[in-house]
Formats: sequence, C-alpha cells, structure tokens
Amino acid sequence: MIVYIVRRLMQAALVMVVMSILVFVGIYLIGDPVLMMISPDASELEREAVRKALHLDLPMWQQYLLFVNDALHGNFGKSFLAGQPAMGLIFERFPATLELAFMSLVISLALGLPMGVYAGLRPHAPGSKAIMTGSILGFSLPNFWVGLMLIMVFAVMLPDLIPGWPRLPASGRGATVDVLGVKLSFLTLDGLRHLLLPAITLSLYKGALIVRLARATAREVLPMDYVKFARAKGLSERRIVGVHVLKNIMIPIATVSGLEFGQTVAFAVVTETVFSWPGVGKLLIDSILLLDRPVVVAYLVIIVFFFVVLNLVVDLLYSVLDPRVRLESRAT
Amino acid sequence: MTDAALEPVVAAKPQAPLRRVVSDFCENRLAVFGLVLVVLSIFVAVFAPLISPQNPFDIANLDLLDAKAPPGSVSGDGKITYWLGTDGQARDMMSAIFYGMRLSLFVGFVSVLAALAIGVVVGLVAAYAGGRTDAFLMRIVDIMLSFPAILVALILLSVLGKGIDKVLIALILVQWAYFARAARGAALVERNKEYVEAATCLALPPWRIVFRHMLPNCMPSLIVIATITLARAIALEATLSFLGVGVPVTQPSLGMLISNGFEFLLSGSYWISFFPGVALAIAIVGINLAGDHLRDVLNPRNLR
Repeated sequence: MIVYIVRRLMQAALVMVVMSILVFVGIYLIGDPVLMMISPDASELEREAVRKALHLDLPMWQQYLLFVNDALHGNFGKSFLAGQPAMGLIFERFPATLELAFMSLVISLALGLPMGVYAGLRPHAPGSKAIMTGSILGFSLPNFWVGLMLIMVFAVMLPDLIPGWPRLPASGRGATVDVLGVKLSFLTLDGLRHLLLPAITLSLYKGALIVRLARATAREVLPMDYVKFARAKGLSERRIVGVHVLKNIMIPIATVSGLEFGQTVAFAVVTETVFSWPGVGKLLIDSILLLDRPVVVAYLVIIVFFFVVLNLVVDLLYSVLDPRVRLESRAT
Repeated sequence: MTDAALEPVVAAKPQAPLRRVVSDFCENRLAVFGLVLVVLSIFVAVFAPLISPQNPFDIANLDLLDAKAPPGSVSGDGKITYWLGTDGQARDMMSAIFYGMRLSLFVGFVSVLAALAIGVVVGLVAAYAGGRTDAFLMRIVDIMLSFPAILVALILLSVLGKGIDKVLIALILVQWAYFARAARGAALVERNKEYVEAATCLALPPWRIVFRHMLPNCMPSLIVIATITLARAIALEATLSFLGVGVPVTQPSLGMLISNGFEFLLSGSYWISFFPGVALAIAIVGINLAGDHLRDVLNPRNLR
C-alpha cells in the first residue's frame, strides 16, 4: 500500500512538472503580453521598462526557473492586469466556484436520486421511460445553451409576460455573507436567487448521470436475497426501498459523486462564463483571452494539484471500500 | 436472403450479422427517431450551399437594415423570408445554421476518426505487446483521462491559439485515450481466443494478426464508443467556440452562433441564440439516442 502511494505521488509530481513546462512554453510562444498591456503608441523605451519589470527580457529557461522557484514559494507572480499576486486572486475566487459546485451537487442528488430509484423500481412505467429519455437530454443538451435558455425564460421572458413573476438575476453573485473571511452567497436570500440558475445549469449533466446510475444499481439490488427476505417478512414497501435498497445504492452514488466533483469544478468554467459568476473559471477564461500569463499558469498548477490529489484520494478510497473495483478495472 | 453471393460473408461472422443488427436497431422507435435526426443533420451539413437561402459569409449579400429581424420577417428587398430571423450582422439565421452545422459536424467526424485511429493503434499495440510497453502506454492514458476533457482542451487551445486546425488537434488529443483504453480492453479479451492462436501458429506477422484478425472483432465496442464520443466532440467544440477559444469569427460553428446571440438575449432577441442551440441539440440528441440503442444491439452479451 505504501509503495502504491509513493508511486502515485511520484507520478503526480511528474505530471505537475510536465504540465507546468508545457503551459509555460506554450503561453510564452503565442503572444507578447506587453502588447496587450500598453497602448500601441507607447514609446519603445516604455515597452523595454515593462519588459524588464516583468522579467520578459530574460531567456526562456531563466524565466521558467524563476517561475518554478516562485511556485515552490507559493508565489506565481503578479497578474499583468490586476497587479495583484495571481495566487491570491485565485484563492479569492475559489470559494465562489466551490459554492456553485456544491450547490449543483445537492440539486442533482435531490432530483436525480428519487427519479433514478423510481425508474429502477418500475422500469416499464411510462414515467420511467420519460425519465430515462430525459436523462439522455440531460447528457446531450449543450450545457452553456441550457444556461442561456434559462436566462431567456426566467430572467427575460416570464417576468415580461406575466406581471408579478419574480425576475431571477442572470449574472453575479448577489449579496454575500462573510464566514471566517470567506464570502458565501447561499446564506442570503439574494445570494440564493443568484445561485439558483447557474447551479441548476451545472447540475443537469451530473443529475442525468445520477439518474442512470441509481436506476442501474436499483435494478441490480432488487432481485437480491435480502430484499426478497425483507418482502417475505412483510415489511412495508416504503421501508424496503427507503432503507434496504437505498443504503446499497448509496455506495456507488457516493463514489461517483466524489469522482465527478472534479469534473463539476472544471465544467464550472462554462457556467461561470454564462452567468458572469465571479469564480475561478471566469477568471481563467478572462486571463486566457487577455494573455494574463501568471494567472493562467497559477490556475493550472493549482488545478492540476487539485486533480492529482482528488484522483489519489478517490483511488485509495476506492480500493479500501470495494476490493472488487481494482480487479474489474483490470479486466475491462 | 435471395442473394447467394452474400451468404458466405454473413456466415463468416456469426456473432454480428449486419441484418440482425439492423432489424434489432429498428425495433426501438426512439433510436430510429435519433437516426432520422442524425441523417437530417448530415443532409443539411452536406448540402448547405445548395439549400441555404443566402450565403451568410458573403458580405455583399447582407443588408444591415435587416439586422436583428425577428423570425418570419421579409428582407428589405423582398427577396428572402427570414424564417428564423437574422443576427446582429443581418445574416439569415437559417443559412448561418446550415453552414454552422457543416463546420460542427466536420470537426466532430474528423476529430473522432483521427482519435479512433490513434487510439486503436495504441490500444492494440499495448494489448498485444503487454509488459512494459503496455504499462507505459496505459499510464499515459490514465493521466490523460484523469483530467476533464474540457479543461485539457481549453489549456491546449490557450496555448495553440484559435483556428479550426487547432480545435481539431485539441479534440484529437483529448479523445484518443478513450479509444486506446477501450481498444486495449477489447483486444485483451480477443488475444486469448483460438483464432489468434491459430493465426500465430500459421506464423503470420504480428501486425497482420493485430490489424486483420483482432481489430475486426474489437470493432463493435469501438463503434459504440465512437458514437458517444462524436456527440461529445460536437458539444465540446461548441463549448470551446462559445468560450471564445475555438473556431475563428470568420467561420462560425453552431457554438459561435450561440455565443454571438448571447449579447442580444437580454434585450429580447432570443432567436439568435435559440435556433443554433436547437440545431446543435438535434444533432447531439440524435447521435446519443441512436448510440444508446446501438450499444444494446452490439453488446456481445446479447450477441451470443
């Protein structure tokens, strides 16, 4: 086990080094950030000064070494545009993204689990077929377009057509509450209203996944002996489903939810852009489009670290929770 | 079966006679509906220049007075009816969608075929060679798959810049690992079968055993993955273009069209984003509906 962890850690470190080099070289090659920052009629002298101040005049490998040295000290340089440390900028924005991701997880579980279990219990009911077809839509509909359509319906059309219909906000975070220095939206009514549409958009894909998983596991669990035994004991259907079946469904649901959490955080990039949600995803897109190199690189290093750790934890938990998993993953 | 010449071909592959697959597939009405949607999308994409009322990229055709015309309005000179309205540059949305579909499907198909080719070679080589080669290749695949596709593509494009060719490169790099893993899985099962043993005893060269004997038997599962990946590729391209790192402004794909309509959405001009999204959804839902059932039909457990 320890050998496994050490090997995984070394692999993780290697991934991080390779990624940082690729990104650094790539961003160095495509554009000159100085051109983006100074007005076109600035003198050559001013340009040189900015180039020096940002260390853009050094050879590339020296710039990279400077960057690695800084990275190890948790210092990714200052954002070219905001003038603040890139790392701080990202950590400032991270709570908003995590909040959005958690909220969408809650929504997808609250809606997806009951629907999936229902479809598993009554596979031939018309309602179940509708749910399963709906889940294909949840997979298929482009996420950003669904977000736009939600804005169209709930922020523009319905309030325009029906007087007195509440107009849901389509951008920003709304009022926030400081909890231990972290700004949170979901504790205020205004914040919740702002959170609603982006969280629903983000939960769609995951919800569809949970529906399918819950249905599949429910159908697997139902013919089991302990369910038959519970039926034979004369337990109420409610108790059988609510306790015996649900308990066993929760194991795969929990693992997949954990695995998918990283995906959700990554996909928040899209949702945040649609709803102007001030999270890290929006920051990344803005920084990419404006060639704000330190922020992009800092984001990448942090997100790679985040994923490497997440994957490591999930892998370890997986093999602890369910010894069959590793055998199965070998076979397929 | 009246055509006797076809009999031996069908008999040669008892597990997957094409006719059984087709008739099984047609049993599910939803899947057939999906296939109809796919065929419709492909038709529109292929014949876009012939069936479009207007060439949306020819600026000479555009009359700015017609900009943001709602669906069903007639152009200023009375020649064209804008059934789906016009966008901010007075482009007929229907024509723009036809051309956009062309680009979206082109990017989807090309990237999936290339990723399939790369993935199959890597997967089969890994499965056949085994040992260190296998471990090394699969490590790379694991690492690729541990990062979300959208993030990897976004990073690649932020490095490569805009352009259709660059989007293709990013999509191929993101997708090949799925095929590699699937091909390896299928090939590992096939490798221990008698026909491979027989081919080895005939002293056939390894490449021939791998690509002529094992590959055809791995194809059913790979085809299923290809359909799902195709839907994802189209959605991913649309997403990247929406985010502004995908195709260039001069060649709008469906995602770009939706993105263009974003700024007009809040002022009530819904059709500029709405209809390209519907077109995109038709293509993707069609592929997924058909692919979902194709998986059941081609499932080896149902075959034997």
